[in-house]
Amino acid sequence: MKKSEVPQDKSNLESANFRELCYAVDENGAYITANSSGWDPKTIALNNAIKEINERIAIAKNNVLNKKTSPIEYYMELHKMDLPILASYVGMWQWRVKRHFKPSVFKKLSQKQLNKYARVFDISLAQLQDIEL
Amino acid sequence: MKIDFTHHQSAHCENGVVSNLLKHKGHDISEPMVFGIGSGLFFVYIPFLMVNHAPAISFRPMPGFIFKRFAKRLNIKIKRYKFKNEEKAQQVLDSELKNNNPVGLQVGVYHLSYFPDEYRFHFNAHNMVVYGKENDTYLVSDPVMETTTTLTEKELERVRFAKGAFAPKGHMYYPIEYPEKLNLEKAIKKGIKSTCRDMLAPVPIVGIRGMRMIARLIRKWPVKKGVKVANHYLGQIVRMQEEIGTGGGGFRFIYGAFLQEASVILKNPKLADLSIEITEIGNLWRDFAIDASRIYKNRSSKLDAYNKVADQLVELSNREEVFFKKLRKSI
Repeated sequence: MKKSEVPQDKSNLESANFRELCYAVDENGAYITANSSGWDPKTIALNNAIKEINERIAIAKNNVLNKKTSPIEYYMELHKMDLPILASYVGMWQWRVKRHFKPSVFKKLSQKQLNKYARVFDISLAQLQDIEL
Repeated sequence: MKIDFTHHQSAHCENGVVSNLLKHKGHDISEPMVFGIGSGLFFVYIPFLMVNHAPAISFRPMPGFIFKRFAKRLNIKIKRYKFKNEEKAQQVLDSELKNNNPVGLQVGVYHLSYFPDEYRFHFNAHNMVVYGKENDTYLVSDPVMETTTTLTEKELERVRFAKGAFAPKGHMYYPIEYPEKLNLEKAIKKGIKSTCRDMLAPVPIVGIRGMRMIARLIRKWPVKKGVKVANHYLGQIVRMQEEIGTGGGGFRFIYGAFLQEASVILKNPKLADLSIEITEIGNLWRDFAIDASRIYKNRSSKLDAYNKVADQLVELSNREEVFFKKLRKSI
């Protein structure tokens, strides 16, 4: 990549006001560093991934409202987590967390267990029990 | 307290932290040098493991390996801590800062408040330097950022004790002992040899053979998994390649910079020629990313398009096979 080819496309980096560092060659073939404000293929890939996550969140939300799953699954998706990650944050086995996705099991969870989830998601107990708050 | 620490931005966090810590101690080691000696160029596909709901592919060795190998090859001793207890982790950090000692920390990205939201994923092998504390705010030199930043005590504790794969567990490190003179020549040769060995490894999921395996999978995905999933997988490859640690093209350019520097130190003009070659290969990686991103942008379901990017990947593996064989012979 030549210095003049270092991409300066619009990207999500702009919102945080920073540019990333790239290595490129100058006119004499010597390596230098240059800042890049973003690159379209990367932005597309990232936006694609975010869209994917938003779809998962929407599905989870729908399932919660239809009482097919508990709010825990919704908040898990909202925090871009998957089962292994959530299980390790709350310090429980994956199968236990998965069981808590069942609305019937979720209803019977103790305050202590609910608190664990609320702390991980950084929300109040009321919010944990009702996702529309 | 604030330690007099100079922040240099880098392309990749691990190299950047090592390079910045060494520069602080008066050893002028560039980021590409750390990357080359630590053998940062790598490729592996891990079957059965899913990351972000897609197959796990990595363009870099395990987190921490670059630093570990770099230190070993230059006989630098490193002090490392891991903690079970959050308070203890903070106490030790504070006492190191009091001793005028900037330290490297391994952290999770998800709770990093200064990152743009879109970039905050559960990735736990990010690295940064903490070089001071004012009241309850830590002064942070994150090598991928243009300038230094800050984190509160609570924020730092959260990122140091992020959970999930590669959980940092408060991992803190800094170099403590150096040899009289750093023997760069020997370390460079070792680093190059080890990279060649990895990339040419006779293992189907590693190096150039791993790339070929992914190419075969790309051809199968649209048929086996459907277009939507195939596009998601392809998008993840591009993200792994260019975003998370700038693996594909970006890493080739850093390696090119390393070879250029190495050719001067070793007085070996062959390495300068190879630097040009790896730069060309890096450009091809970027073309691959452009074409792959085009597929999932247009949602073109033509099998042709998948076969085309798979062909590109095979071509890349062939180019790299030739390249690493030449590189192995040149030192």
